Amino acid sequence: MRIARIQDENDRTKTFVLDGRLDAAPGQFVMAWLPGVDEKPFSLAHAEPVTLTVAAVGPFSRALHSLAVGDRIWLRGPLGRGYAFPLSPWERAGVRVRPHTLLLGGGYGVAPLRFLAERLLAAGYAVSMIIGARSVVDLLLVDACRAMDVRLWLATEDGSAGLRGLATDAIEPALAAAFGETVMVYACGPTGMLRAIAAVCRDKGLPAQLSWEAHMRCAIGLCGSCEVGDGWLTCLDGPVFPFDPFDQRPDAASAASR
Amino acid sequence: MTTTPLACDFMGWQLHSPLVLASGIIGTSASLMARAARAGAGMVTAKSCGPTPRAGHPNPVALDWGGGLLNAIGLTNPGAEHEAVLLAETKRRLAPLGVPLIASIFAGTVEEFGQVAAIVAQAQPDLIEVNISCPNVGDEFGTPFAGTPESAAAVTASVRRALPPLPLGEGRGEGLPPLPLGEGRIPISVKLAPNVPDIARIARAVVAAGADAITAVNTMPGMVIDAASGRPVLSNKVGGVSGPALKPIALRAVFEIAQAVNVPIIGTGGVSTGQDAAEMLMAGATVVGVGSAVWRRGGDVFGQINAELAAFMAEHGYPSAASLRRVSIERG
Repeated sequence: MRIARIQDENDRTKTFVLDGRLDAAPGQFVMAWLPGVDEKPFSLAHAEPVTLTVAAVGPFSRALHSLAVGDRIWLRGPLGRGYAFPLSPWERAGVRVRPHTLLLGGGYGVAPLRFLAERLLAAGYAVSMIIGARSVVDLLLVDACRAMDVRLWLATEDGSAGLRGLATDAIEPALAAAFGETVMVYACGPTGMLRAIAAVCRDKGLPAQLSWEAHMRCAIGLCGSCEVGDGWLTCLDGPVFPFDPFDQRPDAASAASR
Repeated sequence: MTTTPLACDFMGWQLHSPLVLASGIIGTSASLMARAARAGAGMVTAKSCGPTPRAGHPNPVALDWGGGLLNAIGLTNPGAEHEAVLLAETKRRLAPLGVPLIASIFAGTVEEFGQVAAIVAQAQPDLIEVNISCPNVGDEFGTPFAGTPESAAAVTASVRRALPPLPLGEGRGEGLPPLPLGEGRIPISVKLAPNVPDIARIARAVVAAGADAITAVNTMPGMVIDAASGRPVLSNKVGGVSGPALKPIALRAVFEIAQAVNVPIIGTGGVSTGQDAAEMLMAGATVVGVGSAVWRRGGDVFGQINAELAAFMAEHGYPSAASLRRVSIERG
């Protein structure tokens, strides 16, 4: 695919809108290849058209940032399991208010959540979203999320925007402000944040769909590089897991049926 | 031990399924190998290890090109010393499941093969697979050893010489009888390459040199070129073809080997369904390796293929996995 449009998100993050589409679910990923450079995994920030939001943090992402409109990016995918939706509200007997979903994005983890929010809204869910980052300059996709019918919460560690604290600190107020039953918590972000969210959800009895990062090589279940926890393959079983794959308690995975 | 129609004998062990996790597929941790065993594999093979740690090749290392897969992971492994620790842990986890563990080794010289074998033998895997055929690491490894009867036999003999006697009655795992073969040492299976002019000759040579079993085949060397950029897709430029494209090549190799030698055969290459597994047994395999099928069918692939194989056997009147063996040789 070729780059159709490039948008600056913050001082080290760009969004690349490509000229092709993929039949993909939010939370699925692609392996992006630049010949002679490398091949790396990216969550889809959108599939129609294919959109990647990329921070320049290493040689590959810096090479991506040097590309211009019209340049080519090679993709394998969509790969992995994306976010699952709970039972459609129209199928749930006796539901009077739109079922509520809570989305948490930490750092670059916001990218797939805007795509997810769009699909959830289209399917009839109410959406609250928490975007967390170190500081106001690190917040991503805030304007894009503001443009949607989403109740938005910001959290920064230095207090420069929204709540002062971590994204998880906004869970209580976001749940308290929601109308209707919260039927799913969705998250994408660093491992520490996801583990904390998994613990909160376990305590509250809330189902969760969490997207984890891993070192990705073959991305098709052969090489074992992306194993997390006790024998989970991020590329095939994930990257979205309905549980904490690092939780070694025997009932941690079986509690969430898949 | 269950006595379903899928139960079968391999080198004196009663397996609950003829399916074997092939080397190089998720054999990188005890957790993943235990998962394959729980999913229904009758035996599991660890990823190949060499004398020293290797990081493997840079990305891209694999792709699905439509007719199968192409990979050049690059023999990523932690080195024989660390591998022995991983194998011992894996063996502990497999023992209660009644699933034997196959270690896999590679090396750069004939002598080094023996040294690596002696190190991994400390973990007492049930079988050591000697990978003389990995196509992905240049001329100093793999292909030359599998390419001629002389070099294949030299490696086989080196590994046999290096393996110490086993302590009797220890470390065999629950439900596994004492070693039936190998004169009290760990038995070895030599993994052959498909890209040779006469695979039966090589099979005879490794059996004469002391191979207790044969694994056939490894991936077929190949490449995929991206026309838009004019570049090979893999960073290693060339890799090993597996999946559906490999099946007819593997069937032919097993068919020839089964008529040339009288040792058990782990028939591997492109098996994705129960019917594929039946075909591999009919060609003369004793048990059936499954690898690339994990990609399209997921971690539960062994359970799926087991169910399909059992259904095929019921439908076509085969009472046991053994009754499928060599059918195509006898009816040929």
